[in-house]
Amino acid sequence: MKIKSNIATSGNGFIFNPATGDSFSGNAIASEILAAMNRGETDEHIKADILDKYDVRPDQLEQDWEDWLVQLRAANLLEA
Amino acid sequence: MSAPPKLLTIGVTGLNAHDNPGPGVAVIRSLREFYRDGLRIVGLAYESLEPGIYMGDMVDVAYQVPYPSTGSAALLERLAEINGQEQLDVIIPNFDSELFNFIKISAQMAKMGIKTCLPTHAQLAARDKINLGDFGTRYHFKVPAFYMLNSVHDIDTAAEGLNYPLVIKGKFYEAQIVNNRETAQKAFYDLSAKWGLPVIAQQYISGTEINVAGLGDGKGNAVSVVPMRKLYITDKGKAWAGITIEDNDLIALGRQFAAASQWKGGFELEIMKDANGDLYVLEVNPRFPAWVYLTVAAGQNQPAALVQLALGNEVKPFKNYQAGKMFIRYSWDEVVDIGSFQQFSAFGRMANTNNNKGQA
Repeated sequence: MKIKSNIATSGNGFIFNPATGDSFSGNAIASEILAAMNRGETDEHIKADILDKYDVRPDQLEQDWEDWLVQLRAANLLEA
Repeated sequence: MSAPPKLLTIGVTGLNAHDNPGPGVAVIRSLREFYRDGLRIVGLAYESLEPGIYMGDMVDVAYQVPYPSTGSAALLERLAEINGQEQLDVIIPNFDSELFNFIKISAQMAKMGIKTCLPTHAQLAARDKINLGDFGTRYHFKVPAFYMLNSVHDIDTAAEGLNYPLVIKGKFYEAQIVNNRETAQKAFYDLSAKWGLPVIAQQYISGTEINVAGLGDGKGNAVSVVPMRKLYITDKGKAWAGITIEDNDLIALGRQFAAASQWKGGFELEIMKDANGDLYVLEVNPRFPAWVYLTVAAGQNQPAALVQLALGNEVKPFKNYQAGKMFIRYSWDEVVDIGSFQQFSAFGRMANTNNNKGQA
């Protein structure tokens, strides 16, 4: 999934949607994932990277990933 | 634009700054940012307690002017007196209710050397709340359905056509959201007593509240259009905090308004964006909004551009502004000596100087 091109993110997990004026605060892992999405990395690549770096089961990661996308979609941050 | 070397003297109204503030102080702040030391501000106030009068870093001298209800002849007479003292170059009126008179005497003001950048009476009337439906139809803007209320009995007809909740609006200012007949009647009596008839019952549209500040050159061009999303809204529906946003549909709407109406001067579109992304024009204000300084912060100094238009200079439309610029309003206790208040109250004039800010 791709983040909308005009979405501004900062290194500390702050997200700003200039089209709506909405802003969000994310934690460190959110910031890391957003940065990877902004670089255009694929979902699979990002998830593989998380499995490498963090102590998380693949099924748990899949579940959390789905939640993450639901939140991004609800916040109108994903490309259609 | 580049600042001219000559000292400009500009008269500005709308110096009140309560919870429904006038735009005057924000307009002056914008002008000061552009003209720096090449500016003399003459504040024009209706009441002794308008705080802008006593803000020495904003207003050089303030004069009392007659209320709009006293008519254009009284206003012209007073402006002639003031002009004799101050040699005004430009006047920027900032209240809806005073615009009719200022437009009416604009030719006489021009003869006195005072320039303005104002819409025509026809343009002013076309965007009036009571004509907004026709305006929307004619120029293809989405506007909420509404009914005129000339008596309290008209509320039932409006409620039948629009259903509750309704937005009950005063002829000039203020609006209340009501959920039943009783609160609608109370709002009707409140607003008709304050602003006269008709009162307006408007369809309630839920969504995101966005305002657009703009400047039209009178030839169909929007010199500037800056949209702002309200982040904090007071009980009077005013933005106490807001942020500039990047939305091409809103920019297009602002430009469409300027083109369709041939608007000359500052304007503000009050817009509701519903869940489908449709933009409803709730109101068109015929002057700059109180948050106009945000346009300066975002890169488009609308009040300074208006002065350039008033002076007859060519002003190229702004192209860019910065999205994500926020304003967060606050109130401030301006402390002044009673002598200043007495001076303005008794003589209708009060000069602020560098050494005795707020003194006579």
